[in-house]
Amino acid sequence: MRYLPHTPEDISAMLEAIGVKSLEDLFPTVPHDCRRTGDLSLPEALTEWELNKHIDKLSNRMAVSPEFKVFLGAGSYDHYIPASVSYLLSRSEFVTSYTPYQPEISQGTLQAIFEYQTLTARLLGMDVANASQYDGASSLAEALLMAVRITRQNKVAVSGLIHPNYRQVIETYFAPTDCEFIELPYTEAGITDLSKINDLENLAAVAVQSPNFFGCIEDLQSSAKKAHDKKALLVVGFTEPLAYGMYKNPGSYDADIACGEGQSLGIPRTFGGPALGMFAAKQKYVRNMPGRLVGQTVDVEGRRGYVLTLATREQHIRREKATSNICTNHSLCALASSMYMASVGGSGFKELARLNYDRCEYLKDRLRKAGYSSPFNRSTFNEFVVQFPQGFETTYQDLLKKKIIAGLPLECYYPELANHYLLCVTETMAKEDMDTLVREVVT
Amino acid sequence: MKEYPGTTGLILNEPLLWEKGKKGRNGYSLPRRDVETYAVDEALLGEGPDFPDLSEVDIIRHYVRLSQWNFSVDSGMYPLGSCTMKYNPKTNERQVSQAGFAAAHPLLPPDLSQGILALMYELERFLVEITGMDAATLQPAAGAHGELTGMLLFYAYHKSKGAQRSKIIVPDTAHGTNPASAALCGYKPVPIKSNDQGILAPKDVSQVMDEQTAGIMVTNPNTLGLFEENIKEIAEIVHAKDGLVYCDGANMNAVMGIVHMGDIGIDVLHLNLHKTFSSPHGGGGPGSGPVCVRTHLEPFLPIPRVIEKKGQYLLSADFPDSIGKLHAFYGNVGVLIRAYSYILSMGADNLKKASQLAVLNAAYIKQKLKDTFHLAYDRPCMHECVFSDKNQQMHKVTTLDMVKRLMDYGFHPPTIYFPLVVPGAIMIEPTETESKEDIDLFIDSMKAIADEARENPDLLREAPKNSRRRRLDETAAARKPCLRG
Repeated sequence: MRYLPHTPEDISAMLEAIGVKSLEDLFPTVPHDCRRTGDLSLPEALTEWELNKHIDKLSNRMAVSPEFKVFLGAGSYDHYIPASVSYLLSRSEFVTSYTPYQPEISQGTLQAIFEYQTLTARLLGMDVANASQYDGASSLAEALLMAVRITRQNKVAVSGLIHPNYRQVIETYFAPTDCEFIELPYTEAGITDLSKINDLENLAAVAVQSPNFFGCIEDLQSSAKKAHDKKALLVVGFTEPLAYGMYKNPGSYDADIACGEGQSLGIPRTFGGPALGMFAAKQKYVRNMPGRLVGQTVDVEGRRGYVLTLATREQHIRREKATSNICTNHSLCALASSMYMASVGGSGFKELARLNYDRCEYLKDRLRKAGYSSPFNRSTFNEFVVQFPQGFETTYQDLLKKKIIAGLPLECYYPELANHYLLCVTETMAKEDMDTLVREVVT
Repeated sequence: MKEYPGTTGLILNEPLLWEKGKKGRNGYSLPRRDVETYAVDEALLGEGPDFPDLSEVDIIRHYVRLSQWNFSVDSGMYPLGSCTMKYNPKTNERQVSQAGFAAAHPLLPPDLSQGILALMYELERFLVEITGMDAATLQPAAGAHGELTGMLLFYAYHKSKGAQRSKIIVPDTAHGTNPASAALCGYKPVPIKSNDQGILAPKDVSQVMDEQTAGIMVTNPNTLGLFEENIKEIAEIVHAKDGLVYCDGANMNAVMGIVHMGDIGIDVLHLNLHKTFSSPHGGGGPGSGPVCVRTHLEPFLPIPRVIEKKGQYLLSADFPDSIGKLHAFYGNVGVLIRAYSYILSMGADNLKKASQLAVLNAAYIKQKLKDTFHLAYDRPCMHECVFSDKNQQMHKVTTLDMVKRLMDYGFHPPTIYFPLVVPGAIMIEPTETESKEDIDLFIDSMKAIADEARENPDLLREAPKNSRRRRLDETAAARKPCLRG
């Protein structure tokens, strides 16, 4: 086996040095009744060639562009990833290094994370960002637990237009706690109905997602006011941060915590993971934040360098009193997003966001002209809801056979939205493919 | 004169991203605009992020230079205890980058995602077989996420029995994340000490195990690199009070094909695919922490689960007792693909061989260094061995000084000051992918450092000298945090 370098001579020499006779004799402390009796039952080892063939067979059974025209968003977006980003990201020194606990020989990862924290804070308009977390869903759950810690209140009001999967994750995290989770309904405009907040007391946080699950831009100004009037924190979530290349970011609305999914910034979708939990907050809450943080300092010669810092919040120091049990960050995904943000650049980011918006508006406009409109008239980004006529399900299935995935049926998430579909368009969707979709839908 | 890997070379300086670049440059090929500009609600518009503008060459040089400041498995040995920094096979990277996987949307209809669903289904079966458990979830994104999943399973189990419990037993040889994970489920950790052999004594467990205790979280092999020999008896004590046994499987690399975790009384076990199953650490993540359970806990596993019906794979949420969802979608699928490729490349025999060689390497290091460094527990070790700085304290050098010096020799330091039961711990896990030559060189380096501690201790106190940066002021970093530019 090519990953196991020991020759029989090496093994003999080492066994002799240890003073045992065989590899089996290395396990004297494993009692006999703790041992396996038979061999593991696994497929026979494959050669590299056989493995390639096997994997190709599996990956060929997946529907991906360009063969398929995929109008799916809903928390996972198709954006072009520059070759330079993929190339840089494959460097061994980034890929095969450990968490930078030894800063002298980890300055590459540390500076890159410091840059990631900075770009994230700037993108979201927040004071500080952490070194990243698992994904948008767990980041949001951690944000709400953080709000509970800060305010010492135990109720959170969560918009029903936060990604349904994220709400499920929040429920899972909250199940063993004494915190209460109140869901806010949505208005006819397709944004969160905040009126219910007036009747709530002991509120730790108000959480909204913008753009929300329907692609609509939330009224963050009112959300902030409602939350702050109740002395609760405003938590703004997101699944498509490219929107902040165009729309005002959470920080401009005085959000206390902004967190969400960063997959759209240069990370392949890979069936939903690994992704990037982006997490940022106001400076005054930094010591309550979960996750790793990289800070700037100097070495003994006074030269600028970076270290993991404020570890006294973390599990390995504080144990059960830690701000979270999280012990990892999605470092390589954070790095990918930094490379992506740096490549697109400040000017490019605005231009790219606007192009995404215009492409999506093009499809929205074409469908509207064909008689299919969105029930919600709020401004959107990259995604919108459209109501198709009764029985569209059959057309949808026919389109699948034609290798067109005409959005996400919303009924299983929102039973009142039968025949409503969430369509997504990014800069990668060609104009002619949108024209084809409209033509197929009309016929 | 022996040639150690550590040396000096030309390393290039590089400023922060925003300290270079110039407005008007770009590093991205913007798509052609083939649609008109549509109106937008001006009140919602922002200014866009304050990112620098850089050319592609700027970016390439920036990150190539940064990368050269990192130590990595691909450049040298990483004997980091409990982290299993084994070699990360390159074929795994090829497999995960296939377009059918990399570009797959997570909400594809099942008919159009059979390839990845089949892979996930099979991987669950493989992990169940390797551990000797009955069912698995691939959803947890990391080891600590797996622990949280395990604790939620405990919580759901006791809830289903009608009475919630308030405490959980956590030995001093468990991983540091364990108490924090338990606390998220409202369990108060009850610490117990390992005995003079470095393992748990059944009587210590029975003293604290009661009907208010949800169970125990053990790490086996534990963080001293010792097998918990009394695990079966301990499991019986816990089960007798209807408690559950959680095993942190971070150290599974020692016992693949050797120990059957189901038979020894483990109810829940998490794995770290980025340790045992060769997926790279990526400078701190992403990892993956699947959780394996025995049959009585299967109804509580997270949803959706991959199921098979007449040769077709489906995602099913139809498990009413499930603890719910832990991840926005299904976990770190990219990491799962790597682990799957690894298991298929290795096969049963090589997985067992890997564990044997991992133990061989650790036992060899222990043998060769035990006359030089104080060995905390002189007993047969598994995949890692734990020394301390006790023999070197008289020269006024610490564990930290010694491992910083090890960098100059070209090795990544071992895990230090952990486990907490060994003051000044030096925890060495070589893994099976290090050759005898490299192990010997590591041993020689450690011995040379012990000599230096005696003869020229300042060399250690001032180390490292060959790295791009020397020791950094961590106190200043924490006192006045500068977390962004």
